[in-house]
Amino acid sequence: MIIRPYGDTLNDGAVQLSFTLPVPDGPRGREAARVFVEKLGFKHAEIVHSHAMADGFSFYVAYGKTETSVDFDTIQIEEATGEKIYTMGEACEVIRENLGRKVVIVGACTGFDAHTVGIDAIMNMKGYNHHYGLERYQEIEAHNLGAQVPNDKLIDYALKVNADAILVSQIVTQKDVHIQNMTELIELLQARGLRERFIVIAGGTRIGNKLAVELGYDGGFGKGSYADHVATFIVDRLIERKHNA
Amino acid sequence: METKLALPADKIAQARELSVRIVKPVMDFVEAHTTVTVERATLRLAGADGADSDGVPVPNLIVDQLKNKLEAGALLYYVNALVKTGETVEGLNAKIAAGLRVGDLPLGDRSAIDRKASELVRAFSDRVTRNRQHREAKLVEFEGKNHSPMLYLIVATGNIFEDVKQAQAAAEQGADVVAVIRTTAQSLLDYVPYGATTEGFGGTYATQENFRIMRAALDEAVEKHGRYIYLTNYASGLCMPEIAAMGALERLDMMLNDSMYGILFRDINMYRTFVDQKFSRMINAFAGVIINTGEDNYLTTSDAVEKAYTVLASQFLNERFAYAAGLPAKLMGLGHAFEMDPEIKNGFLLELAQAQMAREIFPEAPLKYMPPTKFMTGDIFKGVVQNALFNFVSQATGQGIHLLGMLTEAIHTPYMQDRSLALENAKYVMNNMADLAGEIEFKQGGIIMNRAHQVLDEAVAFLQKIEQLGLMDAMEKGEFAEIKRPRDMGKGLDGLVKKGPEYFNPFEGYLKAELGLEG
Repeated sequence: MIIRPYGDTLNDGAVQLSFTLPVPDGPRGREAARVFVEKLGFKHAEIVHSHAMADGFSFYVAYGKTETSVDFDTIQIEEATGEKIYTMGEACEVIRENLGRKVVIVGACTGFDAHTVGIDAIMNMKGYNHHYGLERYQEIEAHNLGAQVPNDKLIDYALKVNADAILVSQIVTQKDVHIQNMTELIELLQARGLRERFIVIAGGTRIGNKLAVELGYDGGFGKGSYADHVATFIVDRLIERKHNA
Repeated sequence: METKLALPADKIAQARELSVRIVKPVMDFVEAHTTVTVERATLRLAGADGADSDGVPVPNLIVDQLKNKLEAGALLYYVNALVKTGETVEGLNAKIAAGLRVGDLPLGDRSAIDRKASELVRAFSDRVTRNRQHREAKLVEFEGKNHSPMLYLIVATGNIFEDVKQAQAAAEQGADVVAVIRTTAQSLLDYVPYGATTEGFGGTYATQENFRIMRAALDEAVEKHGRYIYLTNYASGLCMPEIAAMGALERLDMMLNDSMYGILFRDINMYRTFVDQKFSRMINAFAGVIINTGEDNYLTTSDAVEKAYTVLASQFLNERFAYAAGLPAKLMGLGHAFEMDPEIKNGFLLELAQAQMAREIFPEAPLKYMPPTKFMTGDIFKGVVQNALFNFVSQATGQGIHLLGMLTEAIHTPYMQDRSLALENAKYVMNNMADLAGEIEFKQGGIIMNRAHQVLDEAVAFLQKIEQLGLMDAMEKGEFAEIKRPRDMGKGLDGLVKKGPEYFNPFEGYLKAELGLEG
C-alpha cells in the first residue's frame, strides 16, 4: 500500500513545517523560507506565518505538498518490542494477572564503564523524560548495582536474588569495548549453564536490538528507550516462557 | 494580602511552629560541623582561585592537603601562608597551583593572621556590597519594566559562548530571568571546574569565569532593553556553597538552592547537604540572591494531587531553613509546579487552589512556579494548551517567578523558536487577563476553597508526623517523594568534618553578624 501524508484528501501529501532562519523577518526572509521548503521537495510551498525573534532570527510556519510516498507493506521495525508498549500501570496489571508474583530485575553498568546515566534512566525511581524507572513499578523488584560491576559478580547477584532478567548498560563504546564486554557476559552465562535461566538485555546509546541479538542477548534497547519498553519486553517474554513451560 | 481562600490562620501558625521544631535539631548538628566544600567556599570568598596543571582547582588543592587539619578551618592555613610568604592572594594562588603546601608552613603569630583575615573579609564584603548596590540601583532605574510574574527562560548549549547568544536572544524576546543549566551530573562533582568552558552535556559547567562572561553579556542586554535581567545558576549538589560564593562574587541574582533536594534526588548524604545548605544560604542572603527551592521535583516522583501536601510541607521547611540562615522572605523563591494529570476532571481548579494557597501562606515570597513537564507528551499542539493554562494560573494567583513552559518539553532542549513561542504565549495570556485576579472571588465551600483547606490540613498532619519522627528519620523512612535515604549513606559523607574547639572562619562570623544570626 503506497501512502502519503493526509491533509483533507487521500494522498494529497500535505505537510506542515515550522523552523527558524538566521536572517531578519521580512519579505526576503519569507521568500527564502518558501524557496527552502520547495527545495525540500514540496510543491505549492506557502509561508503562512512569520515573526521576528531575536536580532537577525525569524520564525516561519509553512505548508507544502509532497509527492514522496512510502510502501507501507515493506516497512520493517527493528525494536525489541512490538506496537504495544505497556504503561507502568498496565505492566503491573499484566504481571498480577499472568504471573502472580513480583518480577525480579537486576541491572548494572558492567566492565569499566562508569556511566550510570543509562541504567539509572531505566531503573531509578525518577526515571527519565517522565517515564518512571523500574524501581517505581509495584510489581517489579529492581536491583540497580551501579557502575563498574564485573560480569561474574553480576551473575552471582542475579542468582542470589533469583532474578528473572539481567540488564546491562554500556555507554562507553571506544574501540568497541562494549562488544567485548557484552560478549563476555554471554560466554560466562553459557559456561555456567545459565544462559536460559535469565532474560538478558543490553542497553546504551549505541546499542540496538539487532546488535544485541547478534551478540546472544534476548533484546537490546538504544536511544529513545524507556523503562516502559524494557518492562514490556521482559513481561511478555516471561509470560511466553510460562506458556511454553 | 487580600485573602480569597479563608485559610485558618491558626493552622498556618501551627505549621510554622512545627517547622521550627523540626529544623532546630538539624541546625544544632549543622552548627557543630563543616564540610570540605564549606571550607573551599570560605577559601573562595577569601580569594583562592585558579587551578594546577591537571585542572585541580586551588581550593581543592588546599583542602586536600589539610585532610586531618580541617577541624581548625582551612582558612587558617591559607591566611597563615599569606602572612608567612608576604604574597598577594593571586601570588599565593599561583604558588599553591605550582605545588606549595600551605599546611606544611608552621603557624605564625595569631594576631597577624587575624588582621590579614579581617582584611580579606573586608575585601569580600566590599565587592559583594557593590554588587548588591549595583543590582538595587538598576532595579530602581528600570522599575516597572520587568514582567509580573517574572518570565524565566533557560539556556543549555554546553558552550558558554553559545549560551551568551541564546541568553541575549532570550532577553531581546522579553525574558526577565535567564538560567544557565548545568552540565549533566555536575552536581556530583566534588570540585568546581576552572575557567571558561565550551563542552557540556545538556548544559554548561558552572564556573566562576562562565558566570562572569554571562553576567557581562546580560549587563549589555540590561542597558539595551532597559530592563534588569536576573542571572540564575545552581547552588546545589556537592559544591553548593562554593557555587553560592562564586555567584555572590559575580553578581548572580538567583540560585537554585533547596535544603533537601540533593539528598532525595541526587543521593547526596543528608548531613553533608544540611551543613552545606546553611552556609550557601548565608552567602545568598548577604549577596541579596533569591533562592529557588525545588519542591516541583516531588511531583515528578509522586502524584501531584495525592501528594500536594508534601509540596506545602516542604515549602514550610525550606522557609524555616532559610530563616535560620538569615534569608528574608522576599528572597525565598519557594517552588511548586503545575504537574497534575491533564485527564483529571477539574484538575485546573485543583492547580488554581494550590497556587492561590501558596500565594496566601507565603505572601512576601517570590514564589517560583514550574510549568508542566511530567505530562508533556511530544504532542506539541496539546503542549501549547497545557502551557496556556499554566500561564493563566500563574497570572491569576500572582506568582513571582514564572518558568516558561516549552511546547517541546520531553523532546529536546529548547530551540530558539520554542522559547519565542513560550514567551509569546505567556505575554498574551498574562496581558489579556492582567487584572482578572482582582475581579474574582472563590465560592465559599466550593471546590477550590475546599481543596486548599484540605491540602493545608494534610500538610499540618504530615509535619506533625515528621516532628515526631525527626526530619532525618523521616527521610530514612521515605516520607519525602517516596525516596528512602539512610543518614550514613549517600555521596559526600566523607567530606563532613566536626568543627574543632578552635575552628577559624571569620567569614562565617562576619556573615552571621551581618545577618543577625546567633553564634
